[in-house]
Amino acid sequence: MARGLLLAGACLVMASPFLWMGLTSLMGQLEVFSGGSILPQAPRWSNYPEALTAQPFGRYFLNSLVFATAVAAGQVATSAGAGYAFARLDFPGREGLFMLFLSTMMVPAVVVLIPRFLVIDALNWIDTYQGLISTELVSVWGIFLMRQYFRTVPRELEDAARVDGAGHLRIFWSVALPLAKPAVATLALFAFVDAWKNLLWPLLVTRSMEMRVVEVGIAAFHSTYEITWPYQMAAGVTAVLPIALLFLFTQRYFVRGIQLEGIR
Amino acid sequence: MSRAGQGVVLRGVGKRFGDVVALEPMDLEVRPGELMVLVGPSGCGKSTLLRLIAGLEAPTSGEVWIGGRRVDDVEPGARDVAMVFQSYALYPHMTVARNLGFGLRVRGTPHPELERRVAETAGALGLGDLLERKPGQLSGGQRQRVALGRAMVRDPGVFLFDEPLSNLDAELRLRTRDEIAALHRRLGTTMIFVTHDQVEALSLGERVAVMDRGRLQQVGTPDEVYRRPHNLFVAGFVGSPPINRIPLSRDDGGRLAGGPFALAGPAGPDRATLAVRPEDLAVATPGEADGDASGGEADSSTVSGSRDAGGSTPTQASGSAYSGDFRATVLRVEALGSEQRVHLDGPGDAAWVARASPALRVASGDRVSVSVDWERSHLFGPDGRRQEGVSRPAEQGVSR
Repeated sequence: MARGLLLAGACLVMASPFLWMGLTSLMGQLEVFSGGSILPQAPRWSNYPEALTAQPFGRYFLNSLVFATAVAAGQVATSAGAGYAFARLDFPGREGLFMLFLSTMMVPAVVVLIPRFLVIDALNWIDTYQGLISTELVSVWGIFLMRQYFRTVPRELEDAARVDGAGHLRIFWSVALPLAKPAVATLALFAFVDAWKNLLWPLLVTRSMEMRVVEVGIAAFHSTYEITWPYQMAAGVTAVLPIALLFLFTQRYFVRGIQLEGIR
Repeated sequence: MSRAGQGVVLRGVGKRFGDVVALEPMDLEVRPGELMVLVGPSGCGKSTLLRLIAGLEAPTSGEVWIGGRRVDDVEPGARDVAMVFQSYALYPHMTVARNLGFGLRVRGTPHPELERRVAETAGALGLGDLLERKPGQLSGGQRQRVALGRAMVRDPGVFLFDEPLSNLDAELRLRTRDEIAALHRRLGTTMIFVTHDQVEALSLGERVAVMDRGRLQQVGTPDEVYRRPHNLFVAGFVGSPPINRIPLSRDDGGRLAGGPFALAGPAGPDRATLAVRPEDLAVATPGEADGDASGGEADSSTVSGSRDAGGSTPTQASGSAYSGDFRATVLRVEALGSEQRVHLDGPGDAAWVARASPALRVASGDRVSVSVDWERSHLFGPDGRRQEGVSRPAEQGVSR
C-alpha cells in the first residue's frame, strides 16, 4: 500500500511537466500569465492548427523523420559491426582500442560540438542532410551495447558455423546478427528517440526553414513570435506524440535498453 | 551417400593457452573409417584435441593431417570434417530444414540438390515432420538428431563428436549410442568421439585414446586398455567399479610387500602399486574354501592380525590351510541381479570391491577368503608405469 502510494507520487512528479504542457497548449495567450487555475477556462483546440501552420511544421516533421531514421539505421550498422568485432574477432590491441572508445563517453557532448561544426563547415555541408546526419552515425554506447550482446551469443554456435564453412562475415550476418535482434531493436529505438529530441546539433548545423527539424521549430517560437507559450506547447505535444506511441508498442525494448545502460 | 572416411594424423601436436599447457605435444593416428574415442576426466584436453582437429583452435606446435593433406592452416569449413557439439549448437533462429542445409548453403550447393540432401538426411533420421520447426520447439533427443543430421548432410570425411550424449537422459543416451555405432557401420566414415564416460568409450570405440592432464596415456582397443593398462591412471580410470589397489614397498627380504601381500619383485623401484580388477578377485566363504568353517574362523584372527602389522610382514607365512590370498570381512553386498558387488574391509587400509556371481551367498559381517587372479593383476611402479613380469606372488609370500 505504502509502496503503491510512493509509486503514484513518483508517477505524478514525472508526468506533471507533460500534463502542464498539455494543459497550457489549450490556453489563451494571456490566460497563461493570469496565475489563476492551471486548467484552461475554455480549451482552445484551435491553438494546434494555428501553431502548426505558423511555421512549416510538415517540412520539419519530415526532416526529423529523415534525420532520426538515418541516425538509427547508421548507428545500428556501425554499432553491430564494431560490436561484433570487439566481441569476437581477435586482433592486436583490441581491448586497448575498446577502452579508448569507452573513454570517449566521458567527454561531454558539448565539448565536441564546435569541432564537429568546423568539420561539417569545412566540408561545406552546413544546412544539408549529410551535415545533419553524418557525425551522428556512430554511437559508442551502441557499440558497447552490441558488444555486450554479441558476447552472450554462445560461442559453440559460431564454432558450428565455422565448421559448416562460414567465414566471419557470413557468421556475423547469418548467425550473430539475427540472434542479436533484441539488442538491435533497443539500439534503433534509443537512437531514433535521441535523434528526434536532439535540439542543439540541428540548431547549430541548419539555417534554412527547409532543413529545420521539429525541435528547432518549437524553440523558434521563442524568438520569432516572442514567447507564445500555448503555440509552443501545442507543437511540443505534437512532437511528443509519435514517441509516446512508439514507446507504447516497444516498451520492452526500452526497458531492456535501460537495464543494459545500468551496466555501462 | 556414404564415402570412405579420411585418416587423421597428429604429429607432435600440442596446445598452450598463454602459460597453461592444455595439450602436451602428442602423436595420434586415426585410421580411415575408424571409430576412435577420446576419453578422460574433464580438463584432460580431449575437447581441445578435437577442436584442433576441427580447426577451431590452432595448435601451438605440430602438424595436423586429414586425408593425407596437411591442414594446420586450413579453415574448419575446408577440412572435410563435420562436428556435433555437446550443446548441439543448433541455430536457434533457423528452422530444422535451414539448420540442416546451412553448411550446404554456405558452400553454394545448388538449390535442388540442397533440398534433396536435406530431405534424404531428415528421412534417415526420422526428422521429416519437424523440418519447419525451430530448435526451441524440439525435445532434447530431437535436437540431438538435428545436430547429427547437420553433420551427416554434408557427407564429411571425418565426423567429430564432442560429448554429444551428455545432455540426454540415461535411456536416450544408450539408444543414441547404439545409433551412432550403427551409423558408423553403415557409413564407414572416420569418427572421433569425445566423452568423459569410460563405459561409453569402451562400448563405442574401435580404439580408445585415454587422456589425462593434457597427455595421451594409452591408445588401444577397449580390451587392451582394460586388460593391459599402461599406467596406474588408465587402470584406475577405465573400469567400473574402479580397480582395487594397494601400495607396496620393499621389505627387508627384498620383496614388495603391502597388506597381506608380499611379491617377489624385480630389482628396481622400492615402491609400487598392486592393482586388481573386481572381477579378478574370487570370493569364497570359509566353509566353501576350506571345507571346515570353524577352522577358517580360527584362522581369520591370524590374517587380520598380520594385516594390521603392515606391509613388512608376509601375511600367510604361517601356512594356514585355506586357499585364498587373504581374508576379509564383508562390509556390504550390492545385489545387481546379474552379479554381486562385494565390498570388503581391505586388504590394507582401503576397501576393495569384488565382483561375484549372484549364486554366492554372503552377507555383510561375513568373513570370507579372497583369491587374486595373479595372471590378470597389475603392478605399477612409483612413476605409475606398468611393471612387467612381477605381478605374481612370491613363493614365500603366499602359502598353500
